[in-house]
Amino acid sequence: MTGDQTDTTSSVFHHDDQGNPIGHTSHDNEAVSESRMSAYWSANLKFLGVLLVVWFAVSFGAGIIFVDTLDQYSFLGFPLGFWFAQQGAIYVFVVLIFSYVIGMNRIDKAHGVDDDDESSPAAGGNA
Amino acid sequence: MAVQTLTYIFVGLTFGLYIAIALWSRARSTTDFYVAGGGVNPVVNGMATAADWMSAASFISMAGIIAFMGRDGAVYLLGWTGGYVLLALLLAPYLRKFGQFTVPDFIGERYYSRAARVVAVVCLIFISFTYIAGQMRGVGIVFSRFLEVDIATGVVIGMGIVFIYAVLGGMKGITYTQAAQYCVLIFAYMVPAIFISLLVSGSPIPQLGFGGTMADGSGRAVLETLDGILLDLGFGAYTDGAKSNIDVFAITAALMIGTAGLPHVIVRFFTVPKVSDARRSAGWALMFIAILYTTAPAVAVFARINFVESVNEKAYDETPAWFRNWEDIGLVAWQDKNDDGRLQYRAGAPFSGAPSFGETRGESGERLITNATTETANEVYVDRDIIVLANPEIAALPNWVIALVAAGGLAAALSTAAGLLLVISAAVSHDLLKKTFSPNLSERQELLYARVAIAVALGLAGLFGIYPPAFVAQVVAFAFGLAAASLFPAILLGVFSKRMNKEGAIAGMVVGLVFTFSYIVYFKFVSPGSNTAAHWLFGISPEGIGFIGAALNFAVAGVVARLTAPPPGAVQDLVDDIRLPSGAGVAHDHG
Repeated sequence: MTGDQTDTTSSVFHHDDQGNPIGHTSHDNEAVSESRMSAYWSANLKFLGVLLVVWFAVSFGAGIIFVDTLDQYSFLGFPLGFWFAQQGAIYVFVVLIFSYVIGMNRIDKAHGVDDDDESSPAAGGNA
Repeated sequence: MAVQTLTYIFVGLTFGLYIAIALWSRARSTTDFYVAGGGVNPVVNGMATAADWMSAASFISMAGIIAFMGRDGAVYLLGWTGGYVLLALLLAPYLRKFGQFTVPDFIGERYYSRAARVVAVVCLIFISFTYIAGQMRGVGIVFSRFLEVDIATGVVIGMGIVFIYAVLGGMKGITYTQAAQYCVLIFAYMVPAIFISLLVSGSPIPQLGFGGTMADGSGRAVLETLDGILLDLGFGAYTDGAKSNIDVFAITAALMIGTAGLPHVIVRFFTVPKVSDARRSAGWALMFIAILYTTAPAVAVFARINFVESVNEKAYDETPAWFRNWEDIGLVAWQDKNDDGRLQYRAGAPFSGAPSFGETRGESGERLITNATTETANEVYVDRDIIVLANPEIAALPNWVIALVAAGGLAAALSTAAGLLLVISAAVSHDLLKKTFSPNLSERQELLYARVAIAVALGLAGLFGIYPPAFVAQVVAFAFGLAAASLFPAILLGVFSKRMNKEGAIAGMVVGLVFTFSYIVYFKFVSPGSNTAAHWLFGISPEGIGFIGAALNFAVAGVVARLTAPPPGAVQDLVDDIRLPSGAGVAHDHG
């Protein structure tokens, strides 16, 4: 271990409620503690929930259930419901997946479980 | 140059490219063979996934189906892309982290059960073969129309090409070949789409063009014009739906859930190095897919307008050359019901069933058909599959565009067929032989069996292409319905419910399968006469019943798992491990 270990620690690891770095000496990358694991998983589920609500709203909502109501409005020359069913939902889907990529990378990092520097997360000075 | 010569050149060049790539990226280990050594760049993998995903159904059939379904055609657009979102968010990253070769691998290990693995293998093989039959029909149509060889020869040529790159290259060869095929197919799809959009609406962007105004100077909106034409001929308006909302909902849901459970696409995510790469690659793939999927509904609208205008009320000898070319192959037909020598295109079936041609020709020179006629005023039969292929001809585009579309259609069909063959061969050699019946197989033997399995599967697929079973269209509902009712819930619960055990998963899969299977068999084969909304459960057609099957699967699995013992600790640890992105090695941890 070298002298810059503290810096590495504070940048890679997550802080507890008091803002102190969580001790990590007993954890290697494979053994993430139970509580950190469940915090990570519930953040993940919450984020997935939001994305899936949008997913449902643009496809089943705007494209199918409310299609006739929305068709009274016009968008880019299309009846709005028709546009969602044949165009709009697909564009939103693409945005959703890229949001997922970016959002999950953040959540991974915040919880110290990202796979960006696979070989060295718990061994700061080795790199 | 003649279309046929140009087609030979385009198809020859692209096939040469695919084979060169296969030779350059030969597989040397089972890891290379099944998952490309886990080292493929996410953007390349995204392209390969897109090509794998977009089959002959997407390239050749989809725009045609939408052209004749109007707004209801959205079930395919929403179903196939929305299912992809489910796959990317709920399954792909976790299966990548799990890190083995196949979908049955996951089911077998997660549910610590050989029976579960075998159920998964059976579903997978059934789904994949249904799909391949469709691809081979696509190959057959393209060859017979554009190269003017008979369908059997065409299919054999196609099989030969797939054999070379699937058997030599395995997943590694297939991944790079599919990336090339994506480039070919998207170029081939967009060029005619842009041309036709310019012709009809004056806009170079088809996605905007079909919401714009007609380029004929009338100043009317494109969609309004089409609605007007169709209403005049006795059809419903294009922008209105004909199916009930609940049926559209259920079909879309079944296609979504089924798509997310398609094994040949899931396995693609095993080929990237890391979990974060699996996510990113899913994003790229959907973007590449969306280019075609947002263009298809525009092509559908333009094609329907062009089709009506170039056929309706024309005398037989005034019809464009493409009409008679496709008539020769038997995919369009005309029966002069009112003996006026002109083609009346109206709503309704012109005669019952697909056309069966007699030996003689009628007074105008048309091929006479022997089908029983119907009461409708419609005289024109057109197979929906020809719309995309005939589109450049219908719009009188240059010959090289027609040849390009032929090469693109083949790329779409062959890339999907290759991905499916690989999944089938992995299921047989890896899941059945190595993991179930003879665990002592060496890696070399396993690789040999995998290649033999591809050859056998390809032979069978070829037979489907040469002698297409009359029920291909009927069984397509099966592939999605069964994937929705069996594989998807089992995989999803395996990741998101730690409490789910083998009793629950197996009970759920069996109930979902049996229910969906019986419903489809009853309405499609046992009692096709009663296949109407009045007899359906909740008004849901056999195409959409996989949605109910999936719901049943979830419900039964949940109840049974509560009543039986939780899964062993090691399995719960496995689930914890799958949920964390860090620490994913190259797919495969044994051997």
